[in-house]
Amino acid sequence: MKKLLILLTILAFLMSLMAGKVWIAPTDWFSDSANGWIMAELRLPRAILGLAIGAVLGLSGAVLQGYLRNPLADPTVVGVSSSAALGGVTAIFLGLTAYPLGLFACAMLGAALAMLLLAAMAGRSGGPLGFILAGMVLSTLAGSLTAFLISIAPNPFAASEIIAWLMGALTDRGMDDVIHALPFMAAGGAILLGTGRALDALTLGEDAARSLGFNPARERWMIVAGVGLAVGASVAVSGVVGFVGLIVPHFIRSMIGERPSSILFPSALGGAILTLTADSLVRLAPGVGEVRLGIAMAVLGAPFFFLLLTRIRMKAT
Amino acid sequence: MITVEHLTLSLGSRTVLRNISFTLECGRVVAIIGPNGAGKTSLIRALAGLIPAQSGRILLNDQPIDAISRTERARRIGYLPQDGEPAWNVSAFELAALGRLPHRSRFSAPSNDDDDAVFAALASTDTTRFAGRPIGTLSGGERARVKMARVLAGDPDWILADEPLANLDPPHQRDMLALLGSAAKTGKGAIAVLHQLDAAAQADDVLILKEGALIACGPAREVLTPNHLEAAFDMRFEIIQQAGRIIILPEA
Repeated sequence: MKKLLILLTILAFLMSLMAGKVWIAPTDWFSDSANGWIMAELRLPRAILGLAIGAVLGLSGAVLQGYLRNPLADPTVVGVSSSAALGGVTAIFLGLTAYPLGLFACAMLGAALAMLLLAAMAGRSGGPLGFILAGMVLSTLAGSLTAFLISIAPNPFAASEIIAWLMGALTDRGMDDVIHALPFMAAGGAILLGTGRALDALTLGEDAARSLGFNPARERWMIVAGVGLAVGASVAVSGVVGFVGLIVPHFIRSMIGERPSSILFPSALGGAILTLTADSLVRLAPGVGEVRLGIAMAVLGAPFFFLLLTRIRMKAT
Repeated sequence: MITVEHLTLSLGSRTVLRNISFTLECGRVVAIIGPNGAGKTSLIRALAGLIPAQSGRILLNDQPIDAISRTERARRIGYLPQDGEPAWNVSAFELAALGRLPHRSRFSAPSNDDDDAVFAALASTDTTRFAGRPIGTLSGGERARVKMARVLAGDPDWILADEPLANLDPPHQRDMLALLGSAAKTGKGAIAVLHQLDAAAQADDVLILKEGALIACGPAREVLTPNHLEAAFDMRFEIIQQAGRIIILPEA
């Protein structure tokens, strides 16, 4: 199953390189032509970001669901996505996008602030419930502040720029974005992959996990740090892309079983496959502009998720 | 050997254990009994090192329990919580294999020894035939036995079980007690919170709690007296010793 997922990830990556308003055959990839330029400057960074963003979203979803022992958790519930988005919106609002790292730094700052607030609100010993509540408060607060910034935007262009960015997209991202975001995503991803055994132990509840030698409070901060770094960086370069973190772990669980550690890496692959495929589809869709990736993901994701839920319910009865 | 010295324990503002002292030896089955809210679960969680003492201390072979590293403690003490249905529908084997986590390093795969220990634990709890089945498809009693297999798979020196007989039918209650007994014969300490007095009567030692205070602790035969039981439960029991067995009946 893992081999199949790896193969599909490679295929989705190659398809993402080729697909678009202009099809680029592999023979053209390294040519000294317009197509070769599109490949190096547009397609390659976009495909790398699609792969990385999808992977960290799928992985974060799997880790959060495992930690919270709640299949409805995803990176948006801990408030990191919306806080990073607020950071990005603030950068656009203040015109900091003119500076090379302006938007990225502001979004990462938003994510970091969210992690600190989570730490302060959820406390040292608060269980999953305190964590979810703190995340929801944070998420609502950041959403409201974002709406506030849109409402007082100096001109309609600024407002529409903010809204467009919020919807999540990989359009026109360059190698610079890859270089900025990838280290954070890699670091966050590595931290998250390291939580697998603790998540397994938590299957039996916090007391049992502690009796097996784990420290749930410590694992929680690892998870906050991992999600903050990985998802913060992904929002910073692509805006908010929802649904990946929610759907992918469910799908993987139905394929390979429910042990939390066993679905981490496959969920990363599944997230990459889904994001790369959805991003290829939005480029292939007819029309002058592009459907925003975040919207396409929700439109594709929602019915799919309903289907999955009915299947799970049918299996249960 | 577990030594408890003047242990006082509070959860929030509520004092759940008051100045308790006793010593438990390895190689014996110890039953903790007492009315609801007596502090039985708090005591066994404290023995497992899960809640810190307000005052007093708990020694595991003369070493304070909070001075032992998490991993070392996890290897030496197997704790079976009372509630807690598994959050995920893992297989019985996967659930039992969680007991091996303290023996594995952070990224290592399970070794053959790990697998052998898990299979042995499943066999001893009569759950081998469920090994591959999702835990959600098992009955409550079958699940309870798999959870016990998880504890046994870790091969701990001490088994601390909070109501291991709940959800079990009479034959499996008998088997679970026998399991604790055979663990004790191999030199382990087995401590169980029990609700059924008849089951407690089969233990080697009995510890009676009421409202966080220790009423008695010692060999079952000496501790299970009408006076002790009345002090704990506020009702009279009749105790019949017959053919080496202790039978406890509520007085009519």
